[in-house]
Amino acid sequence: MQKIDIIGKRKWWYIISLVIIIPGIICMFTRGFNLGIDFTGGTIIDLKFDKPVSIMDVRDVLKTYKLDNSTIQLAGEDSSAAVSQSVMIRTVDLEENDRKAVMASLKDSLGNYNVLREEKVGSTMGSELMMQALWATLLSWLLIVLYISYRFEFRFGIAAVLALVHDILIVLSVFSLMQKQVDSSFVAALMTIVGYSVNDTIVIFDRIRENLKLHFRKGGNIDELANTSIYQTLTRSIYTVCTVLFTTLALYYFGGDTTKDFAFALLIGFTCGAYSSIFIASPLWVTFRGWAEAKRARQKAATAK
Amino acid sequence: MEKYWRDKELRKDNFIKLLVVILAIVGIFSFYISPLAYSIRQGLDLQGGTHVVLEAVDTPEAKVNEDAMQRVVKIIEKRVNELGLTEPLIQREGERRIIVELPGIKDPDKAIQILGKTAMLEFQDEAGNTVMNGTDLKDAQAQIDQSNQNLVSLEFTAEGSEKFADLTSKNIGKKIAILLDKEVLTAPNVKEAITGGKAVITGSRTLEEAQNLAILLRSGSLPVKVNIIETRTVGPTLGQDSKDKSEFAFTIGIGAVILFMVLFYRLPGLVADISLMAYVIMLLFLLKMLDATLTLPGVAGIILSIGMAVDANVLIFEHFKEEYRFGKTLRMSMDAGFKRAFTTILDSHMTTILASGVLFLFGTGTVKGFAITLGLGTVLSLFTATTFTQYMLKLLFGANLFTHPTIYGASRPTKVVDNNAEN
Repeated sequence: MQKIDIIGKRKWWYIISLVIIIPGIICMFTRGFNLGIDFTGGTIIDLKFDKPVSIMDVRDVLKTYKLDNSTIQLAGEDSSAAVSQSVMIRTVDLEENDRKAVMASLKDSLGNYNVLREEKVGSTMGSELMMQALWATLLSWLLIVLYISYRFEFRFGIAAVLALVHDILIVLSVFSLMQKQVDSSFVAALMTIVGYSVNDTIVIFDRIRENLKLHFRKGGNIDELANTSIYQTLTRSIYTVCTVLFTTLALYYFGGDTTKDFAFALLIGFTCGAYSSIFIASPLWVTFRGWAEAKRARQKAATAK
Repeated sequence: MEKYWRDKELRKDNFIKLLVVILAIVGIFSFYISPLAYSIRQGLDLQGGTHVVLEAVDTPEAKVNEDAMQRVVKIIEKRVNELGLTEPLIQREGERRIIVELPGIKDPDKAIQILGKTAMLEFQDEAGNTVMNGTDLKDAQAQIDQSNQNLVSLEFTAEGSEKFADLTSKNIGKKIAILLDKEVLTAPNVKEAITGGKAVITGSRTLEEAQNLAILLRSGSLPVKVNIIETRTVGPTLGQDSKDKSEFAFTIGIGAVILFMVLFYRLPGLVADISLMAYVIMLLFLLKMLDATLTLPGVAGIILSIGMAVDANVLIFEHFKEEYRFGKTLRMSMDAGFKRAFTTILDSHMTTILASGVLFLFGTGTVKGFAITLGLGTVLSLFTATTFTQYMLKLLFGANLFTHPTIYGASRPTKVVDNNAEN
């Protein structure tokens, strides 16, 4: 098998990732995210009517409450149909009594229904959740860097964390570009991805560490050593990502509607996590090591003069 | 030890031990997996029900403090119990919040309404002076009287009875008022002094309304104002649907992993599968013991931790194959493989344990649920890989049942190795 010089071509991998991340970041700032009510606050009512209804029917009822600018979506097997039994209504944060009144009117005008789901989130909850998750995540990154610095070396720690930031940025980019809904389970998905990415990266780093000890006492070609380490762990990298992808794919295809977006985030994240461990983390470590060596060489040259 | 390996005979003792361990795990797994999985409390996103978050707020009359919050929790618990639901969950979160989970509830609107009410009962004389309140009540029951009127009958405490007798005797021919949260429930004319320690509140439009009022009065009033800041209701249809589907998805996913391990790692893969079964059972058992709630993020934590458990085995086997390729015997390769894989497994698991520890300590709700399953799962994965897998593989090699390397998925690059090459 012709082996690709992964480390030697590292600039290409950085470029490939940036090709996704840069438009993603631009999109995050221009179009932003399709935030769910977990973040914006609001009320969601998911109903299944006995008889099919159209968006116009529902909007007419909402108009009497000045809620006609709410989001109304038809769900069901045929998503392009003009009428459907399943309807999702998303409004601003409604008071308990207002919500009840709206639901009673819907029943009066459009017939009986089954309540599939009903959610109300106050507007302050979302930002709190986000801040809390953000702080907890940043703190966990700090600990990861510290642990890796202690067990390996600082450069490994930074490379591992950058690789996981890379994974998160890609998932965020995809969700912003596709305008998929971001809710609290998305936060859980991001944390799962972080967990996977670090785990995956460490296995390769561990191999590099081992090879450094065994074969690198007298110095040698660092690119070659990193490449060898990546190839030595490649089977394991592929097998492991396969096993997590099996379960996630199953959840994506066979799971309910509530788990779909969640499984989608995991699918992208796990794939990225496996990719970044090989194509981003190890090359970054080589890059950092190269910088350190260049610096040392410059200092040596300076003192020699 | 090396002697056993040279021996070509079947080592019965090891073989029997191995068989017992395998049968025990497979037996326990197939027998207990579904009752155990069902006995774990499922989040409302998976099983349907109502999730309510209440937040206490300061008012000019009453500031929120720890004592008040503890009383609020007690009263909310009483109200929930009065609703007669199975397995409700009431939890403090942070300083001022209370989470109430009501699985399988039929009338979420009623529950939501009852939970958030302050339910401050007051008895006022005509001049508007409050002379009695909810603490003077002993009991409250909804009733229908002979004229088909819905009412709530009140029974006072001894002290309350005196107060009420005093109030009615002083206000004969005048109006007294019974108020709930500053709204007049009823304002009867006092015809005579009532000394029996009993009274009724009329004016409920329906029996249900009377029942709700009775529940509120029985459980007492909240010492501080409480706002409902979040409610989530998943209907039984949707809940059942996502439960069935996640279950199916999970079975397929795990099935694929098990098949994958056998296909790629043969006999050791099978051993790994069996320790994976032990792992899943232990994880569920621990979650059950800790009375954890399994939500969707929790499921994500489990998926990831299963991935890591499999990864630990993959690491061991990959190292084993490599050592074998270097020319060691099967048995020695396995020992060396374990030793080398251990540091990797330790480091990769430790970082995950650290990260989930932080998320557990500083997170709430979603974040916490995830951190619990991931953290526990990772610790267990470390445990099963280093105990179960290792023990079973030792027995397997010790049993001398199979000595051909391909059964272990191992091969050497050059010539085909026959069994005698081991000597």
